[in-house]
Amino acid sequence: MSTAARSAPAHPILAEVNPASLPRAVLVANNRSFSWITEKICGIIEGKTPAWWWACFAVACFVASFTVGGITYLVATGVGVWGHANPVNWAWDIVNFVFWIGIGHAGTLISAILCLLRQKWRTSINRAAEAMTIFAVVCAAIFPVFHVGRVWFAWYLFPIPNSNVIWQNFRSPLEWDVFAVSTYGTVSVCFWYVGLIPDLAVLRDRFFAAGNRVRAFLYGLFAMGWRGSNRHWSNYEMAYLILAGISTPLVLSVHTIVSFDFAVSLLPGWHTTIFPPYFVAGAIFSGFGMVLTLMLPLRAVYRLEDLITQYHIDCMCKITLATGTIVGYAYAMEFFIAWYGANPYEGFAFINRAFGHYAWAYWVMITCNVVTPQFFWFKAVRRNTALVWVLSIFVNVGMWFERFVIIVTSLARDFLPSSWGYYSPSVVEIFTFFGTFGVFSVLFLLFIRFLPVMPMAELKAVTPQADVHGGHAHH
Amino acid sequence: MTTQPYGLIATFESAPALYHAAESVRDAGYRHWDCITPFPVHGLDKAMGLRRSIVPRISLAGGIAGFITGMTLVWWTGAVDYQLIVGGKPLFSPMFAFPVSYELTILFTAFATIIGMFVVNGLPMHYHPVLKYDKFPRGTDDTFFIVIESRDPRFNPANTRALLEKAGGKEITELEA
Repeated sequence: MSTAARSAPAHPILAEVNPASLPRAVLVANNRSFSWITEKICGIIEGKTPAWWWACFAVACFVASFTVGGITYLVATGVGVWGHANPVNWAWDIVNFVFWIGIGHAGTLISAILCLLRQKWRTSINRAAEAMTIFAVVCAAIFPVFHVGRVWFAWYLFPIPNSNVIWQNFRSPLEWDVFAVSTYGTVSVCFWYVGLIPDLAVLRDRFFAAGNRVRAFLYGLFAMGWRGSNRHWSNYEMAYLILAGISTPLVLSVHTIVSFDFAVSLLPGWHTTIFPPYFVAGAIFSGFGMVLTLMLPLRAVYRLEDLITQYHIDCMCKITLATGTIVGYAYAMEFFIAWYGANPYEGFAFINRAFGHYAWAYWVMITCNVVTPQFFWFKAVRRNTALVWVLSIFVNVGMWFERFVIIVTSLARDFLPSSWGYYSPSVVEIFTFFGTFGVFSVLFLLFIRFLPVMPMAELKAVTPQADVHGGHAHH
Repeated sequence: MTTQPYGLIATFESAPALYHAAESVRDAGYRHWDCITPFPVHGLDKAMGLRRSIVPRISLAGGIAGFITGMTLVWWTGAVDYQLIVGGKPLFSPMFAFPVSYELTILFTAFATIIGMFVVNGLPMHYHPVLKYDKFPRGTDDTFFIVIESRDPRFNPANTRALLEKAGGKEITELEA
């Protein structure tokens, strides 16, 4: 930015070493103008609702009805309609909870950690990824809330004075989790909303100009009278940076505390210190899998290739590869420590995982989570978007199985062989989980129909013409 | 005051043009003026001579309040209001109070940051003279404006217009209050 640094004479050593010039990756391809970005993103909202949207929406509503049906039956009958029985008293509900909350983490990683690391490629995917976070938290919250059994007492989770005069047990990681997940949901919504404000103002002005007063009023209401004042931008940018700065420890703490739900117990297979970093890496891995699953079709349908370029896909694939490899390392390290720790119960838990009754689940997990991402080493794979999409589905499947393996295999074979069991889900559980994909899709479809899928202001700011010094030397 | 306009608004077609114009308005000594941009222009704060935002101080206050709230909540509920021994553990320890306090630190920081940002910016303000300018919608799309308010002590319709013209501003227009 500083002109002094650029006009200073080059250091004599540079002539001798002849440094290679490394061009910066272009973030908005084909040198698009500011108004092209506005037209492209707003056009998605302003255009006629496409037929495919209605078709997808109808299917999504139908799938979501399975969750509604499953939960209605559960509430009307009792939590016994799920397949839980001694010794497996945590099963699909907690598997699904951890699965969905983990998916959310990539959204926060993209919006917060990559913002702090100045990874500008995040701009085109952060809005949709944050939306994914919020909707994933909604799906995640369904499971523990209904697992409490009498859901009308779920407010006992919060420190609200009640007629029993007793308070929550703050020594329990489950209570920590209540605070972690509710803070996570709230801060994610706040962060998302703050990012939306300038774009809502754009929509307000466009709908006002087009004479649609109702939508201009609604967008305008939430735009808070934003007028693009630089005195406002100055505070806004600072607030955004702080939100990114606090979301980073938040996202790391949430999955750490989720892992405490297991790690603080004494059960072999759960009681390990590797859980917090291993869960966080797994969460980011699964979340990037879901981001790819969502963004690649969105890019194809709305022709967003100039905004989500091959460079963006490469970056996402590489993060998936890195976190998937960390997860693979954690699997290996768990086995090593089980052997090295010389605790027979611990050793048994891990041998049982790989070769016991649930071995099929373990090997599905290993194949999907350790083998699948290794394909992303190859440029040819990363350039084949259809293949990347298929691999991202494998990542989603594998990470669901990881939680299943951790939770169910450890519980099914605890200390006393007399209490060992084998867990299978009931049809009510299967319906409830299947339906959450519909709930998620309904919310995501509404999001892409009514809100800008990409942050227009941030995209404009990373184009070359936004640079006040001519757009070359930038630091 | 009814005849007094809100100020003068000038249009700039590019970010560099706006940046250099902002430097000249700053150097001319104006205080009540603003730039309207569709995105945060990197370095414009310096070109406008703005001071560092005070939002971080509000955030810090929120964070401290959140941490104290968390610790107080766990201590008061567990060790004062209803003492209950669970698992032979102490009634209060900062160790097990930490996760909840940590999360509340973040939650309160987020609230303080967002509320602080709105209060410092004077938002929500759904009515503003700039929003009434008929070319304003382009300001959230691809055009840049500089507004100099008439309440600025250095404001003078002729001289201010000349300054904006010299700085490269186009379509210099009076904004009604």
